[in-house]
Amino acid sequence: MSRVELTNVSKYYGPLRVLDDVSLSIETGEVIAIIGRSGSGKSTLLRCLNGLEPIQAGEILIDGVKVNDPDTDLRKLRQNVGIVFQSFNLFPHLSVSDNITLAPRLVLKQGPDQARKLAADVLARVGLADKIDAMPQQLSGGQQQRVAIARSLAMNPQLMLFDEVTSALDPELTGEVLRVLEGVAREGMTMILVTHEMGFARHFATRIVFMHQGKVWEQGPVADTLSHPQTAELKSFLDAVLN
Amino acid sequence: MIREFGTGDIVYLVFAARWTLALTALAFTGGACVGLVLAVMRISSLAPLRILASCYIQIVQGTPLLVWLFLFYFGLSIAGLPVNAWTAAAFAYSIYGGAFLGEIWRGALIAVAPTQWEAGASLGLTYVQQMRHIIMPQAVRIATPPTIGFLVQLIKNTSLAATIGFVELTREGQLTSASTYKPFAVYMTVACIYFLICFPLTQWSRRLEERFNVAR
Ligand SMILES: Nc1ncnc2c1ncn2[C@@H]1O[C@H](COP(=O)(O)OP(=O)(O)O)[C@@H](O)[C@H]1O
Ligand SMILES: [Mg+2]
Repeated sequence: MSRVELTNVSKYYGPLRVLDDVSLSIETGEVIAIIGRSGSGKSTLLRCLNGLEPIQAGEILIDGVKVNDPDTDLRKLRQNVGIVFQSFNLFPHLSVSDNITLAPRLVLKQGPDQARKLAADVLARVGLADKIDAMPQQLSGGQQQRVAIARSLAMNPQLMLFDEVTSALDPELTGEVLRVLEGVAREGMTMILVTHEMGFARHFATRIVFMHQGKVWEQGPVADTLSHPQTAELKSFLDAVLN
Repeated sequence: MIREFGTGDIVYLVFAARWTLALTALAFTGGACVGLVLAVMRISSLAPLRILASCYIQIVQGTPLLVWLFLFYFGLSIAGLPVNAWTAAAFAYSIYGGAFLGEIWRGALIAVAPTQWEAGASLGLTYVQQMRHIIMPQAVRIATPPTIGFLVQLIKNTSLAATIGFVELTREGQLTSASTYKPFAVYMTVACIYFLICFPLTQWSRRLEERFNVAR
């Protein structure tokens, strides 16, 4: 069974078709880099995967559980699907530790000591063990994004979605976040990343998915797809981002 | 029978201010309960709840508080449900305060970025957990200055309760003025007492507002 299985998914905002008959199958341990122009539906695709947005046609299965089914417990599903946003979305009124332990305490019913230990563990994984008692606004953008990743990791998800997690950062801060992503990829996490970091995609993704006008326009193994684009659209996109 | 306006009268006025404060506490507590429910209804995803709360707020904000006081105090006793002045005041002020606090707090709730709800939902939190642990704590900071502002209005509006028999600060001033024929001195004293209660609150609210603006 595939970890993620999309079949003929279409999504509309009013009359606007944002996802157009998208089918995609992702196996456990794959790292998928989704690329494409702004407005091509990349963020929407990720948001549909964890049920933040409903779809109007097709089917999304995650570990065999149908996301677009009114009987599905979305909260349960979301415990297994982490998402990290471009704008971090840390809780500004909570310390780093409380940001990370909120869901483990409320959702997984962990005690304070166990949750605190978990926070220390995941912070160590993103290299921020010393920031456990900081407030988000005391951290740099790169550090805030690493905390957001740690917060997601704390739920021990089976699948992680990353939506342009370095795009809001100053160039000198993207490296530290990419290194954290590399670490997560090496641990065998199934990951779907929307990214403009072609270098990162080339080294760590197993597959490229190029989206255009709400469709999966082209996809394939990374090296092949990037060096031999089959469509004119991908070719011109790559020319634009690589230069 | 005309007496002097002396220290004794001032002490009585200060004592009468107790009732002003007691009425304020009652009105604010009742208004807060109603307001919290209304604010949550106003941002609900269920249209009937939103519409109901919105109608309530429109109606109450479009009618004088005095009418609500009369309605509960005189109206209910004529309808065969005699209520005492405290009960009538509790109902009238809760209804009135709830409409205004509901609107203030709704504004604070929607001022919290929608991405905060999404971040909570993505971690598997329930709606109530998101509200309780993520949205409300942030909304409270936003809502505190305007809430204190409303509290100050409320303190001044408790004088209307004199119409249903409460001898609070303003009414006590009226009685004192009538028996001493020193309206200027008496009402200056009354004004000073109101000011001494309200001024620290407005200052506090201003300080919070400044701090909030700096923090943003
Ligand atoms: N909440 C929304 N309401 C209406 N249209 C939206 C909404 N979110 C996104 N869109 C539209 O959907 C399209 C795809 O958006 P998005 O998925 O964010 O693209 P990408 O992430 O690839 O830049 C765009 O045309 C965008 O304007
Ligand atoms: Mg996007």
